[in-house]
Amino acid sequence: MSEGAAIEAEGLVKSYGDVRALDGVDLTAPAGTVLGLLGPNGAGKTTAVRILTTLLPADGGRARVAGIDVATEAPQLRRRIGLAGQYAAVDENLTGFENLQMVGQLYHLPKGEPKARATELLERFDLEDAGGRLVRTYSGGMRRRLDLAAALVARPPVLFLDEPTTGLDPRSRIGLWETIEGRVAEGTTVLLTTQYLDEADRLADRISVIDHGRVIAEGTSDELKDQVGGEALEVTLEAAGQAEAAVAALDGVASQRPELDGIVLRVPVAGRKGTIAAAVQRLNDAGVGIDDISMHRPTLDDVFLTLTGHAAEEDGEGEE
Amino acid sequence: MRASAISDTLVLAKRNFLRIARAPDLLLAFTVQPIMFVLLFAYVFGGAIPTPGHSYIDFLIPGILVQTMAFGGFVTAMGIAEDLRKGLIDRFRSLPMSRAAVLAGRTLSDIATNLISITVMLVVGIIIGFGFESTFLHVVAGILLLLLFGYAFSWVFAFIGLTSSSPEAAQSLGFIIIFPLTFVSSAFVPPETMPAALQWFAEINPFSTTVNAIRALFIGDPAGNSVWGAVAWSLGIAAVFAFLAVARYKRAVVR
Repeated sequence: MSEGAAIEAEGLVKSYGDVRALDGVDLTAPAGTVLGLLGPNGAGKTTAVRILTTLLPADGGRARVAGIDVATEAPQLRRRIGLAGQYAAVDENLTGFENLQMVGQLYHLPKGEPKARATELLERFDLEDAGGRLVRTYSGGMRRRLDLAAALVARPPVLFLDEPTTGLDPRSRIGLWETIEGRVAEGTTVLLTTQYLDEADRLADRISVIDHGRVIAEGTSDELKDQVGGEALEVTLEAAGQAEAAVAALDGVASQRPELDGIVLRVPVAGRKGTIAAAVQRLNDAGVGIDDISMHRPTLDDVFLTLTGHAAEEDGEGEE
Repeated sequence: MRASAISDTLVLAKRNFLRIARAPDLLLAFTVQPIMFVLLFAYVFGGAIPTPGHSYIDFLIPGILVQTMAFGGFVTAMGIAEDLRKGLIDRFRSLPMSRAAVLAGRTLSDIATNLISITVMLVVGIIIGFGFESTFLHVVAGILLLLLFGYAFSWVFAFIGLTSSSPEAAQSLGFIIIFPLTFVSSAFVPPETMPAALQWFAEINPFSTTVNAIRALFIGDPAGNSVWGAVAWSLGIAAVFAFLAVARYKRAVVR
């Protein structure tokens, strides 16, 4: 295992009866980075989080979080982690303030500190006006923010976020993303599970793609995209009859043979810089009329489809 | 370590109290429901059930108090099942807190609600004709025994809550277990009137032992070994189910 990693797991195995939820998973996150765990429902993401947060013993393998062994030093580890699960685990019949205060007391923060932290976090999460209200009156987005605030009460160096934005409206998602980015900027290490590719793309420094209990790919978002092919230029022609002229004109720009689909010409290119300008110039010179032209990068959806043979958000073989 | 286990328990017991204060629908379960039972049994069945040596209301009140104590832990079972479903147990288990505190906090707050139920039922009982026939100290001892018995069953319900798939399942599982135990006992009718098999069960049933002990302490029935027997049963049930429930809690995850 590498030195200085805030999260390091080696060969994690977990079975439920005949089902192998985890089948030898390795994970690493250097301190101060975000590791994205990307996969469909039932891939084993939540199982991995539960093992790393001491909720579940692994059947095999080992893991250290913040330098502390997950299996043998669980009580010490619990002081140094924060967990926000899929469920917005807050008490409906307490106020926002009381929820945070309770969590602070259960972390055994020094006297006075639970109240101070609760006030501070409510303000930071834009909940100060709602802090005195019972949580059952909160919207879904407010509950998630409170849940995340609860995970931060003890200023844990390592934060586990299990599908933190599932079921949130787009505006709340973006708000939560900004909050997470703020924590990371202050040095927190984050393990984030998600089935949303745009979320992993935006937040994660490195991504481990997990499917059927195995890590099937690992790298930065760009590295993963490169695995399924680089960038392409998409040219929409005014007339299909000019396709041949267009292919000829773009010969110097293309890195591989272009493909034609109706009036859309897809041209793999080596780089991004100046490509569109050059292509437009050449097409103009050749007298080819263009309706539209754009650069196309593969999305993580493309990555997932290529790696697993199925799309990311279908395939739910049941709950984890 | 010990000190923090106690403070964790108190933090969670306070949470449970606040819940009851804020959703007073639960309070009905501790007040109106016992009153209803007292009145139904006293006036619907009372005339038909001969209870040699006592009026039916004197016979009934100890029995119905014990039954109410056994059911008092419902709130614990449903609350724990609800916490499991909402992911709160996951959060608590990820915190550096005592592994027993969530359950101990629940069972502790049941003692307070059980005390409310006892008070309400005794007041209603006295209004409709119940009278103590023992010393003040015996009455106090009886109330403490009721609370101890209720506490033991709170641990049974804690275990039920942790093993049920939902609060609704916890509730019906609780009913299935507790109802036969309370009815096939000396709580509502003298067991001598039951068929032989039921009579045998009613006599070894810890409910009967506890009901007989409360009758001894409240209305001066011969105690025999029933008081110490009831204490032993309560302590035994509490110890076994506290052990089972805490062991279960350590492995509990959201379902």
